Amino acid sequence: MLKEFIGDLHIHTCLSPCGDKDMVPTRIVKEAQNLGLNFIGISDHNSVENIFAVKKVGEKFGVKVLGGIEITSEEEVHILAFFDEDWSLVKIQEIVYENLGNEENDETLFGEQLIIDENDRIIGKNRRFLIGATELKVEEIVDVIHNLDGLAIAAHVDRESFGIIGQLGFIPKELKLDAVEVSKKIQNSKFKIQNLPVVSFSDAHRIEDIGKSFTTFFLEEVTVNEIKKALLNQDGRGVI
Amino acid sequence: MKLKEIVKELNLKVITAKDSLDKEVIGGYASDLLSDVIANSKDSNIWVTLQIHQNIVAVASMKNLSGIILVNAREPEKDTVEKAEQENIAIMASNLPAFEVIGRLYALGICGKKQC
Repeated sequence: MLKEFIGDLHIHTCLSPCGDKDMVPTRIVKEAQNLGLNFIGISDHNSVENIFAVKKVGEKFGVKVLGGIEITSEEEVHILAFFDEDWSLVKIQEIVYENLGNEENDETLFGEQLIIDENDRIIGKNRRFLIGATELKVEEIVDVIHNLDGLAIAAHVDRESFGIIGQLGFIPKELKLDAVEVSKKIQNSKFKIQNLPVVSFSDAHRIEDIGKSFTTFFLEEVTVNEIKKALLNQDGRGVI
Repeated sequence: MKLKEIVKELNLKVITAKDSLDKEVIGGYASDLLSDVIANSKDSNIWVTLQIHQNIVAVASMKNLSGIILVNAREPEKDTVEKAEQENIAIMASNLPAFEVIGRLYALGICGKKQC
């Protein structure tokens, strides 16, 4: 049966150097539950290493968690990717790390990159320069995401820095994005940018920002495939 | 000043649109944020950037820029080269970083404002 699902797919954990230290699985999921979100997405910069912990906590609290990643392209454009399958997350991680270079994070300058378990315990630190750019161009990133059955969304296109329109002037016509994200909540689901469906999510780096922007989807269940159908208005699915 | 004089003075490698070097250069603009180039570059400017995505050609064409200089020996992507040939936009590469390229252009009398 089709019904409404409210989701905020763009949430960082304490793994992102710019993410608050209290962006830990239990706090994130509880906040989402308190706000009445049906699902959330975890999308740290260039890394998926905290997703599995958040997924476990999500299951406990009845909040669906989609695993994702916010990839920085060579042009310094941020692309969000979400996947249903854990193997896709593992694979995208491999590809991103191969293309991220060998520079190390300087945590005094950029912030700590904490890896945590489902009990919010710190189990390690990521040493890579996660805030850096990969050597993948936007077209390659979108192709890789789709080859792994993922959802590709250009992040915060309403922002100058790291948004695709700010960096590249406009969205390349050939780029097969599934949607574009704006940071501010928009009310009109008919609104499109360069003919692409528009969604809005919070890009939360702090607990209090979770759910500040969200999108309501009409779906059978929360999966990447269902969301893709909704973005295309297929089979009765849609964005509300 | 014509593009071909700049090519000679800065020892640039011409990658695309080799027959467009008679274009007149009036001033220059340097930025890697393409939205900024769209907003602030002027007709016949030469553009200094490290971006190699094919959108640089569309932006140069739209703003009627005289040509694009890529810094740090950056190589344009294949589709960028194809688009630049189609649109007759000269892409030239320098081995030097942006700071040196811009400094040398300025020394040749190419400036960012109407008068240096």
